[in-house]
Amino acid sequence: MDHDHQELPSDPALRVMALESLLVEKGLVDPAALDALIDTYEHKIGPRNGARVVARAWVDPEYKQRLLADATAAVAELGYEGGQGAHMVVVENTRDCHNLVVCTLCSCYPWPVLGLPPVWYKSSPYRSRAVIDPRAALREFGLEIGEDVEIRVWDSTSEMRYLVLPERPAGSEGFSEDELAALVTRDAMIGTARVTLAGSTR
Amino acid sequence: MNGVHDMGGMHGMGPIAPEPNEPVFHERWEARVYALNRALGMLGKWNIDAGRHSRERIPPADYLRMSYYEKWLTGMIMLLKERGVVTEAELETGLPDPGTTKATPALTSEKVTGMVAARGTFDRPVNTPPRFAIGEKVRAKKINAAGHTRLPRYARGNVGVVDRIHGAHVFPDTNAHFRGESPQHLYSVRFSARELWGAAAAARDAVYIDLWEDYLEPA
Repeated sequence: MDHDHQELPSDPALRVMALESLLVEKGLVDPAALDALIDTYEHKIGPRNGARVVARAWVDPEYKQRLLADATAAVAELGYEGGQGAHMVVVENTRDCHNLVVCTLCSCYPWPVLGLPPVWYKSSPYRSRAVIDPRAALREFGLEIGEDVEIRVWDSTSEMRYLVLPERPAGSEGFSEDELAALVTRDAMIGTARVTLAGSTR
Repeated sequence: MNGVHDMGGMHGMGPIAPEPNEPVFHERWEARVYALNRALGMLGKWNIDAGRHSRERIPPADYLRMSYYEKWLTGMIMLLKERGVVTEAELETGLPDPGTTKATPALTSEKVTGMVAARGTFDRPVNTPPRFAIGEKVRAKKINAAGHTRLPRYARGNVGVVDRIHGAHVFPDTNAHFRGESPQHLYSVRFSARELWGAAAAARDAVYIDLWEDYLEPA
């Protein structure tokens, strides 16, 4: 590995530091506001929010109905709203239908319910393949979808943001809403995983 | 634009490689880029579509090489210069040009909670009814716009069925170029996988794409 190559990773770090210092000097940004924003997305807004939505839909059929009819309003009932979540659609997985969300053009993702997207979601491999061969893409996550199941891929080309309502796992009968929420993973709400009892807190 | 960012259907990009227990940010500078971008957005000098278009204009080889937040940083600097927020000289010296008056930040820490929760909406009232109805067959037009568009290449020329009508939304193709919001009806169109990719695709599978009225024609 040559010297230049080793230097590369630190380069953006220095550029960002210089840019931030310039913008602070010009009075355009407040570093404390940046700290607060970072703290919000590192600690307050993340897939636990979406998991609460899913668990509520599993235990409350009327809520589920509202969620599928007007996801923006139903998600806001639980207090989740804001940037990249102003126009929500929830799509339901069933025995016959599996949903998968992608943004082939950039990285659109429902921030208020899932937080910021993982690197793979924003990466060229996922963005290129999810639409042309979703079955092979899902196999890379260890998820095999049967031939008899329809796959619906949702390409987030507008400001509509998609969230998958996964199937409630067999064996979770009698689980409380909190216990159910603990089972729901980020990937299950993107559509690259199923919900299993593996994460059970029981 | 027919850029490399429009990657739906491309081959050869390598394995997807999910990372277990991935942190929200891998490096502190990534977090700063994210936050800077949000804070600068509050200045009102550009909009989300212009932001996307800045990253699309990164030369293709650089776009593919750069990490996600390097792309954000590059696009952000592009817009800061183009919109006259900072000068080339300021970026070189790292200091404000002599004689510039200090601004007041648009986003302060006490405003962050409200800003994060604010529902920036993109639907707008229009006087015209939707041209297409749910269940109607539509064809994605063959348009090769040199500027910003949200009509992916893999959809163009193909026939689908209107699945939902989302209402009228800000039109990215004009908004990205500061030519107005020009709201128009937005549809979720279902394309069968075979229509998009040919006979080798799974018979039941489908891709749903959100498409604005100007992208569509009757089929």
